[in-house]
Amino acid sequence: VWLDCLVEGEDGVGFAGLTFVSLLTSVDMSSSPTRNDDLKEMLENNKESLKLEAMKRIVGLIAKGKNASELFPAVVKNVASKNIELKKLVYVYLVRYAEEQQDLALLSISTFQRALKDPNQLIRASALRVLSSIRVPIIIPIMMLAIKEAASDMSPYVRKTSAHAIQKLYSLDPDQKEHLIEVIEKLLKDKSTLVAGSVVMAFEEVCPERIDLIHKNYRKLCNLLVDVEEWGQVVIISMLTRYARTQFTSPWREDGVFDENSERAFYESDEEKTRDDTEIKPYTMDPDHRLLLRNTKPLLQSRNTAVVMSVAQLYWHLAPRNEVSIVTKSLVRLLRSHREVQYIVLQNIATMSIQRKGMFEPYMKSFYVRSTDATHIKSLKLEILTNLANEANISTILREFQTYVKSQDKQFAAGTIQAIGRCATNISEVTDTCLNGLVLLLSNRDETVVAESVVVIKKLLQAQPSQHSDIIKHMAKLLDNITVSMARASILWLIGEYCERVPKIAPDVLRKMAKSFTSEEDIVKLQTVNLAAKLYLTNSKQTKLLTQYILNLGKYDQNYDIRDRTRFIRQLIVPNEKSGALSKYARRILLAPKPAPVLESAYKDRDRYQLGTLSHTINTKASGYLELSDWPAVAPDQSVRNVEVIEPVRIHPSICTALFHFCPDSPPSFFHISCYCPSLPVLLPGEGVGSITGEDWEVQAKTYSPSDLRHCVDIGFVKQLLFRVSGYLHVFRSVTVSYVVPFVPQEVKLQKEVSLLDLDDCELTDVKPWFCPSVLSPSLLTDLEGLSLSNISTMQVSGPAFVPEKSHNLLHRMTGKGLAAQYQFTRQPCLYQPNMVSVQISLTNTSDHRLEQIHIGERSPAGLKIHCFNTIEFLEPDASVTVSMGIDFNDSTQAANFQLCTKEDQFSVSIQPAVGDLFLAVTMTEQDFRKEQGKLQGMNECSATITVTAENTSSQPLNRRVAAMANVGVVPSGQDNVHRFAGKTACSGAVLLVTVELRESSAAVITINTEKSVMGSMLLRDLKKSLAQA
Amino acid sequence: MSHEAVRVDPDMEYLTPGVVDLEQMFWTGLGATYTHCNQVWPNLYIGDKKTALEKPGLVEMGVTHIINAAEGTWNNVSTEMIHSLFLVNPSGDIFLEKHWKSVVSRSVCDYFLEAREKALDPEDVPPVISTPHHYLISIYRDKLFFLSVIQTEVPPLFVIEFLHRVAEMIQDYFGECSETVIKDNVVMVYELLEEMLDNGFPLATESNVLKEMIRPPTILRSVVNTLTGSSNVGDKLPTGQLSTIPWRRAGVKYTNNEAYFDVVEEIDAILDRTGTTVFAEIQGVVEACVKLSGMPDLTLSFMNPRLLDDVSFHPCVRYKRWESERVLSFIPPDGNFTLMTYHVNAQNLVAIPVYVKHSINFFESGSGGRLDLTVGPKQTMGKTVEGVLVTVHMPKTVLSVSLNATQGSYTYDNATKVLVWDIGKLNPQKLPNLRGSLSLQTGAPKPEENPSLNIDLKIQQLAISGLKVNRLDMFGEKYKPFKGVKYITKAGKFQVRM
Repeated sequence: VWLDCLVEGEDGVGFAGLTFVSLLTSVDMSSSPTRNDDLKEMLENNKESLKLEAMKRIVGLIAKGKNASELFPAVVKNVASKNIELKKLVYVYLVRYAEEQQDLALLSISTFQRALKDPNQLIRASALRVLSSIRVPIIIPIMMLAIKEAASDMSPYVRKTSAHAIQKLYSLDPDQKEHLIEVIEKLLKDKSTLVAGSVVMAFEEVCPERIDLIHKNYRKLCNLLVDVEEWGQVVIISMLTRYARTQFTSPWREDGVFDENSERAFYESDEEKTRDDTEIKPYTMDPDHRLLLRNTKPLLQSRNTAVVMSVAQLYWHLAPRNEVSIVTKSLVRLLRSHREVQYIVLQNIATMSIQRKGMFEPYMKSFYVRSTDATHIKSLKLEILTNLANEANISTILREFQTYVKSQDKQFAAGTIQAIGRCATNISEVTDTCLNGLVLLLSNRDETVVAESVVVIKKLLQAQPSQHSDIIKHMAKLLDNITVSMARASILWLIGEYCERVPKIAPDVLRKMAKSFTSEEDIVKLQTVNLAAKLYLTNSKQTKLLTQYILNLGKYDQNYDIRDRTRFIRQLIVPNEKSGALSKYARRILLAPKPAPVLESAYKDRDRYQLGTLSHTINTKASGYLELSDWPAVAPDQSVRNVEVIEPVRIHPSICTALFHFCPDSPPSFFHISCYCPSLPVLLPGEGVGSITGEDWEVQAKTYSPSDLRHCVDIGFVKQLLFRVSGYLHVFRSVTVSYVVPFVPQEVKLQKEVSLLDLDDCELTDVKPWFCPSVLSPSLLTDLEGLSLSNISTMQVSGPAFVPEKSHNLLHRMTGKGLAAQYQFTRQPCLYQPNMVSVQISLTNTSDHRLEQIHIGERSPAGLKIHCFNTIEFLEPDASVTVSMGIDFNDSTQAANFQLCTKEDQFSVSIQPAVGDLFLAVTMTEQDFRKEQGKLQGMNECSATITVTAENTSSQPLNRRVAAMANVGVVPSGQDNVHRFAGKTACSGAVLLVTVELRESSAAVITINTEKSVMGSMLLRDLKKSLAQA
Repeated sequence: MSHEAVRVDPDMEYLTPGVVDLEQMFWTGLGATYTHCNQVWPNLYIGDKKTALEKPGLVEMGVTHIINAAEGTWNNVSTEMIHSLFLVNPSGDIFLEKHWKSVVSRSVCDYFLEAREKALDPEDVPPVISTPHHYLISIYRDKLFFLSVIQTEVPPLFVIEFLHRVAEMIQDYFGECSETVIKDNVVMVYELLEEMLDNGFPLATESNVLKEMIRPPTILRSVVNTLTGSSNVGDKLPTGQLSTIPWRRAGVKYTNNEAYFDVVEEIDAILDRTGTTVFAEIQGVVEACVKLSGMPDLTLSFMNPRLLDDVSFHPCVRYKRWESERVLSFIPPDGNFTLMTYHVNAQNLVAIPVYVKHSINFFESGSGGRLDLTVGPKQTMGKTVEGVLVTVHMPKTVLSVSLNATQGSYTYDNATKVLVWDIGKLNPQKLPNLRGSLSLQTGAPKPEENPSLNIDLKIQQLAISGLKVNRLDMFGEKYKPFKGVKYITKAGKFQVRM
C-alpha cells in the first residue's frame, strides 16, 4: 500500500529529500496483498510459456496503471532470456520500474553491455534503447560510453538509436551537455537518411543555440530531406526555418517587387550613372536559401499532414511574398482530413488570411460551414470567411452568412452575427446592407440571435449614427421584450448616446427603466444610470425627477460599482457648492464624441508565434518554444556553409561509364545520358537539360536525389555529375560521387539487393590506383553480409586490397600507327561475368588525324571469351579514352591474344596476366580459413621457407607486399607472427589460401593451399621473390 | 515547537536538537553531519531518495507513509515530444495508459474529462487543452479518445498525425479499433506502442515494418499459440529498417501475384434549398492492394492526368517522375495501402448524381408539421445509384414523426433528433418518396430554421470526375501479375439545405 503512494508522489519530480511519516512503529510490510504471488511463482518456473504468460499479465497490469513494482526481482532475472518476446516484455517492465528499484536494476546492466557488442545490429540497437531508458543516474557513465560507441557504429539504425539516447541522457543529467554536443556534432555529419531526423531532434533538444554546428551540414540536410522519414522531416524543417532566419537576409521587399535573378541587372548599366552609390543593392537570394525552398517544395505532397504544415510554415516565414501562395492548395487539401487536423490547419489559415487575403480567396468555398462540423471548426471557418471578405466577394459571403444565422446551433448563429458586423465595418459598401439585415434579425424568435444583433448594431451605429434614428427607435421598442442583459445595456447606451436624435422616446425609456431598475442586472443598471445622466444634461426639464429617483436607487444598491458610479454621476451633473469646476464640463465629459470600436479578428496578433507550433495554437508561449529571430540586416558569412569540393576526378571506367548522345529530334540543349553499368545488360537512362557554351560545353546534370536513385540505383549512380565534352568523353565529378560497386552475381535479384545499400555510405574518395583497404565502405560490407550473395556462405568477395598502378603496354604508338594502348588489371570483380577478369584499357590517339571505329576484332585461342568494349566511334588527335573489358583466362596465365582494330588497320595485341591477377580477394574469418585449409592438404599444399628482408617483418608492409603480388584479402589473424590471406580464382572460384608465418631471425614460411596446384606454385615463386626483395 | 533539546526516545541517546541548538549549528556550521536519513521528531524522518527506495530499511524504521517534497534535477528537463498516452472510453474511463518516460499521474486527464463533460458532442471537445503543467492533445476516433500528454513545444499536428497512425495501426492489426479489442490484445498493443515511439519520438510507424517485428494475430495462429505457447513476436529480426525502402519488407513471396487498384471518388457538395450547387468538389483516392513477389517496380499512368489538381502521395511514389511525366512510379508496400489522394480541378463542373425534392412545413399554430421528400437520379452517367441513405437532423422540438416510405425504411432517434431514411438502390422509374407528419413539443415555438439533409450514396464502376487509369507496368520482376482497376463514386460530405 505504501508503495502506491510512493509511486504517486514521484510524478514529475525526482527525489532529493523526502519526508517520511511513520505513524505506527510496527507495520507488517510483508503482509501486503499477496495477489501477485502467483505471478512470482510463474516467473520462477522453468517453463518458458508460463513465464511468458506471467509477463503478459504483468504488462496488462502496467497498462491499466496498476502497480507491479514488487515483482521486480522476479522479472529482472529473465532479462537475459533467449525468448525474444519474453525479453521484450521484460524490457517494457524494466523501463517502467528501473528508476524505483535502482539497485536491482543494476543487475541487468551487464546483459545490456554484452548485447551492445552483439553482431546483430537490431540487438545492439534495442540494448541501447533500453539501457538509455533506464533512468538510473549511477549508470550515466556507462550510457555515455555506449552512446559514443553507438554513434560510430556501422549500422545506421544503431546510430539512429544513439541519437535518441542522447536526448534521454541529457534529460537524466544535463551536466553531460558538452560531451553530448560532441556526439551530436559527429552524428550531424552522418549521411544516412535514417539518422538525420533523429540527430536533428537531439540537436534541437540539447543545443538549439549551437547554430554553428549546422553550417557545414546545411546543404546536406537540404538534399537529404526528401528521403528522410516523415517524422524526421518535420523536425529538420522546423530547425532549418530557424536557421534560415538567422543566416539569410529578408526576401520581403517593401515595394513588393521581387526579382530573384534580377532583371534589373540587365538594365543596370544604363542607369548606373544616374544612381546614387548609396542606393540599396537589389536583393538577390542566397543560393542556399533558394536550395531550402526548392527542396522542401515536393514535401507539400506528403501524406503526412504534419509535414505539409511544416513546409507551409517554412514558406510563410522564409519565402518571398509572391511564392508563399504555392502552399495554399496543400493546406486546403488538409481540410479533408480528420477533425483535429482541420482544427489546427484552420487556425493557421486564420492567421495567414489576415495578412494575405489573396492566398485563400480562390478557395473561399472550401471554408463554407456544414451543419455537421464541430463547433470549434465552425467558428474557425467563420473567422476565415470574415477575413477573406472584400468588395468583390462580400455579396456571396453575406448570402452564405444568411444561412448560418438560421442555424440550429445558436452559438454559431451569434458568431455569424458578429462576423457580419465585422464585414460591415471593414467594407463600407455593405455597411447599410448589413445593418438592414441585422435589423431584420431583431425580430428573430431566438433571443440569443436578437441580443447579439443588438450588440453588433450598437457598434455599427456608433460609426455613423446620423442617418439611423429609425433603427434606434426600433431598438427602443425591443426593450420591452428582450431579456439578455448585454443587449438591454447596449440599447440603453445607444439611446443615451444619441438621445438628442430621439428626444421623445428617450425620456419614456428612462421612465420604464426606473420602474424595473431594482430587478435589472448590474450591467443594465450601470447603463440606466448613464442614460439618466445624459438625459439630465440634455433634457433636464422632463427627466430631472426620474434621474433623482434613479440616483437614489443606485445609492443604496448592493453592488459597490453601481454605488460608486451613482455617487460620481451625482457629483458631476447636479450642481452644488462643493462640486466645483468639474460639473461645468459634465456635458463635455459625458457626451464627448466617442471613437467607433474597431472590430477585428482574434487572430490578428497570432503571427507573433511561429505558425504550426503549439504556442500558436494555444496563443501563449509554451515551455520550450524557440523564438523565430528577425532577419539579419546583413547576412552572416555565406562561406561557412561551403564544404570542401573534391577536384574533378575521372570515374573509374570499370565501374561506371557514362555516355551521352544527342537526341536528333530534340532541341539542341536536350541531351540524354545513359549511365552504363557493365554488370547489367541494360542501359538505364537519365535525362537532363543543359546548355552549350562555345566548343566546350558544360552540363549540370539533373541533380539526382536519392529517391530518383532508387530507380537508377542499379547503375550505381551519382548525386551530382558534371559532364563535359571536348572532342572526346570525359566524366568529371564534382562535390560527391557515390556509387555502388555491384559485384553481384548475375542471377541474384539485383534491384532488391542494391536497394539495401545506403547510397550515401559508400563514397569513393578516389579511384586512382591506390592502396585502399577496400573499395566498399565498412558499413556497406556489413549490409551486404546478410545478403548471402555468394554461393560459399563463409566467403565474401571484397574489393581488392591493392590495385597496382603499373600498366602494361598493349600497343606501342609506332606499331599502332598513332594508336597507343595500355592495359591494367583493375582487380575489381568483373561486372560483365563473374568468371572474367576485368581489364582496363586506355587508348590514346597520338597521330595527327582522327581514328575511327576502334573495336576488337579476331581473337585467339578461338574459344577465348572476351567481353569487348563498345566500339569507339572516333578518337580525336591527342585524345584518350579509357574502356574496360572482361577476359576469361580460364585460370591460366596463357596470354589472351586479339586484334585491336581501327577503321583502316588491325593490330595483333596480347594481354599477359600475372598469376596474382587471376584471383579475387575474399574476406573470411580465421576460423573459416582454418576449416578451408584443413580441406586442402597434401598435394594441394605447397610451401617454402625464405629469408625476408627486415622491413617485411612487420605486418603492414608484409600485407602490402602480398596484396600487391596477388589479389587476395587479408584474413584477420589472432597471432602476431602469422599472416593469412584468402582469395579465389576468377574462373573456377577455387579457394586460395596463403599463410605467411614469420619465424625467428627473419625466416618465414610461406604456405599456399589451393586445388589449382599449378597456380599455387607459380604464386609461391612470385611471393618468394617479392618478400625476399628489399 | 520546543526551544529546548528533547530526548525523542528514552532508550536512545540521540538528542534531537532544539531551536537554539539548531540556530547555533546553522551559524557555526558545526555539529551537523550529512546522513541519508534523520529522525527529526518522534516517528518523523527526513531522508533522501536512497532511503526512500530502500524497502527493508523503511520497514525497520516503521515507515508507513512517504511525502515527496523534492524538486528533482533530472525529471524536470523534459525533452520528449509525446510523454504519455491515455486511452479513454466514451464514459470517461481510462482503460490503457502508456508512459514513455517518467509516469504522469492519471489526474492530468481530469482537465480533459472536464472539457468532455462540457461539450455537447464528443466531436466538440477541443483537440488541444492546456493545463498548468502539461498540454493535452487528443483525437476522437472510433468512439475512443486517444489522449497524449505533452510537456514542451511540439507541432500539434505532429502529435495528432501520430495518434491517428496509432489508431490506424490498431485497426490494421485487429480489424477494428474499439475498447474491447484493445483490452483483449493489451499486451500486443503495448508492444506496438513501444516500437512506434522511442523517447517520445516516432520510431517505426510503417505497418510493413511493424508487422515483421510483431506479427498480427490470426485465428489459426492464436489457436496454435495457445497450444504451443509460442508468441506473436517475430523470431527473425526485421531487415526493413535498414533498406532504403522502409515501407516494403524483403522476401515477399506469393503464388498468385496480383495488384488491384480502387479509384474511389467522393463528392463533397452543398446544395441550397432550390437545388443549386453552392459548393461542390471531387476528392479522390487510389487505394491499392498489391500482393506481388520480390521487389516489383510499378508504373501507373492515367488517360487524363490533367484532371488532377492537387495530389498527395504515399512516400513510395517518386515525386520527380510525377512532376515531369505525370505517371506514378513506385515500389509498392506489401498489402493494402493508400497510393495517392487527389483533388479534381475546381474549374471542372461537378456532376451531381442525385436531386432531392423536399418540403418541410411547421404549422404556425399547432404543434405539428409536414415532411415530404423525394430523391431522384440526376447526372449518373447511365449507372445505377446504390446505397442511398438520407439523414436529417431535425429541430430539437420535433418529438416524433409518423411517415410513410414508398421504398426502404426509416428510423427516428428521439434522443439525437436524427431521422435516417435508408433507401437502397434508386429506381428511376419509381422514385422513392417519404412523407408524413411531424409532431412537435406542445407549446414550443415554431422552429426557426429548416433542417439540412445529408445524403450518402454509392455508384459502382464510375469515377465521377472521368479519371481513367491507362495502364500499369511492372519492372524488376519476371512473372506476369494479375492486374485490376475498380472505380467507385461515393458521396462525401454531401449536404442539402432545406
